[in-house]
Amino acid sequence: MKKSHFGKGFRAQLPLQMMVLPGIIFMIVFCYVPIYGIVIAFKSYSVTDTIASAAWVGLENFRIAFSDKFFWESVVNTLAISFLKLLIGFTAPIILSILIFELKNGWFKKVVQTVSYLPHFLSWIVVGGMLLSWLSTTGIINELLVGVGILDQPRNFMIEANSYWLIAVLSDVWKEAGWGTIIYLATMSGIDPTYYEAAKMDGATKLQQIFHITLPLMKFIISLMFILAVGGLLGSNLDQTLVLINPLNASHAEVINSYVYKVGLAQGDFSYATAVGLAVSIVSLILVLVTNKFTKKMNDNKSVF
Amino acid sequence: MKTNPNITELNPKVFRQKNQKPKENRVFNIVNIIFLSLFTIVIIYPIWNIVVKSFSSPDTLYHVGLKLWPEDFSIINYKLVFNDPTIWNAFMISVLKTVIGVFTHVLLTAMVAYGMSKQNLIGRNFYTILGVGTMFFSGGMIPTYLLMRSLGLLDSFWVYIIPSLFSYYDMLILMNFFREIPHSLEESAKMDGAGVWTIFMRIVLPLSTPVLATIALFNGVFQWNDYMTAKLYISNEALYPIQMKLYEIIVQTQAAANMQTATSVVIPTTSESIQLATIVIATVPIVLVYPFLQKYFLSGMMIGAVKE
Repeated sequence: MKKSHFGKGFRAQLPLQMMVLPGIIFMIVFCYVPIYGIVIAFKSYSVTDTIASAAWVGLENFRIAFSDKFFWESVVNTLAISFLKLLIGFTAPIILSILIFELKNGWFKKVVQTVSYLPHFLSWIVVGGMLLSWLSTTGIINELLVGVGILDQPRNFMIEANSYWLIAVLSDVWKEAGWGTIIYLATMSGIDPTYYEAAKMDGATKLQQIFHITLPLMKFIISLMFILAVGGLLGSNLDQTLVLINPLNASHAEVINSYVYKVGLAQGDFSYATAVGLAVSIVSLILVLVTNKFTKKMNDNKSVF
Repeated sequence: MKTNPNITELNPKVFRQKNQKPKENRVFNIVNIIFLSLFTIVIIYPIWNIVVKSFSSPDTLYHVGLKLWPEDFSIINYKLVFNDPTIWNAFMISVLKTVIGVFTHVLLTAMVAYGMSKQNLIGRNFYTILGVGTMFFSGGMIPTYLLMRSLGLLDSFWVYIIPSLFSYYDMLILMNFFREIPHSLEESAKMDGAGVWTIFMRIVLPLSTPVLATIALFNGVFQWNDYMTAKLYISNEALYPIQMKLYEIIVQTQAAANMQTATSVVIPTTSESIQLATIVIATVPIVLVYPFLQKYFLSGMMIGAVKE
């Protein structure tokens, strides 16, 4: 009885179902089939195999990864760069958005916003190419550092492995800090202006208004962004790495994603690379859940998830 | 904190202490304006510096320094680029992949969104679960590569188009917009005997141009800027988009520059000139659409944020 109803209803909306169908097929093929493909992390897959026919090897690939010195090197680099990005790249948009919010001059505010969002829309290849030019021995950075007397001699920063972490972090902040303010500015524009009026009446300074009104009201959105940032700690920026890495700085530039790329696609060790990728995703998930638990306490037990 | 933080923190006692507030606020405003002016210069000048360098003749390239205008204005770098047929080819591939990619992405995603905007759609809950899953899980680089290989998309132009035909996130934004369209419009069209497809093409799409434009612009920027697809799946250089071509030029220039440092001789290389001009060419389309992007991205993001 029910089934025939279902069939009838379905037939009546067949044109609508046909519109949705391509999306459903797309999601199954391009998202869920690769998820099934993760099983090769537990197999020994070679080019001649199919995913199903490859032999099972259990946790062997993970065992190899955990005893691989290059894997750990990429983990250390990823963590170092990510923590620096969290420290600088996470706080920069918050400070910047507060400063922009406090601007009273309309056109100046517009100019600052227009300029600060622009780098987000440039590709990492373009930014990478520019960066190499700025950092070259005749580029603006050396010009500036030598000009003000910080350096005696121009330095080629791109071949110094020790400079790489800072270069990666600062260039990322340069590109994304402005864009990161959008979400905070949107939140701030929703704050009831009477709070500020009342505070002004009581003689509160700008700084007091920032610390006692703006920041407390942004707590929830800041912790939400923080959880997202922590979830991305182990997800390094592959675009950025591939354009900035070279044989001379690789010891500090190789991150997990670029290592997966190198081992998997350049060297053809598919199973091993998939295992590395999977291990990283699992750790990322755990990080998100742990952070969520911590920030929940800060936000009156209001969980982001 | 159980009570509203604002009420406790706006306690007048906290503020009524000093009496030189206007002066303090003026100092804050001045420091703020100086800081944000510096920040703006730090963002915009380095980009301008690249433009200046790209219009300098190769002989003065290394003496540009912090100038605001090329000392010896020259378009020779651009001539070099336009004389290179592979760069032209890459530029055309980028145009094609952006135009075809955006058109098909917007059309397919909007079509699915229209179906999903109907609350009585059978299986809707299941489709939603399927879609939300795609936002949280992915197979990762290697399983996706194996999929592209078995679909025959390696070294094919269609690898730029087919895997980015649909996005669940964009679907959500479009679906929420379609829901706001008055039902009466569709009902009266139905009375006149219009089918679902006609209503979608003739009524729903024309009424949704702002949101369609937002999705198209963002997808266009993605298509134009994307080089990872080529890096992962394309080995035939004739199919390289401009970003991938630029990547190759950068890698070569970089290798040459590092050699020079090792031997400590600075020789102006043609590849550096080409690199600078190609950077500018690859960026021009983005700068051209940027005013439109800026107009739409705030409203577009708000639609997505409020309704989800």
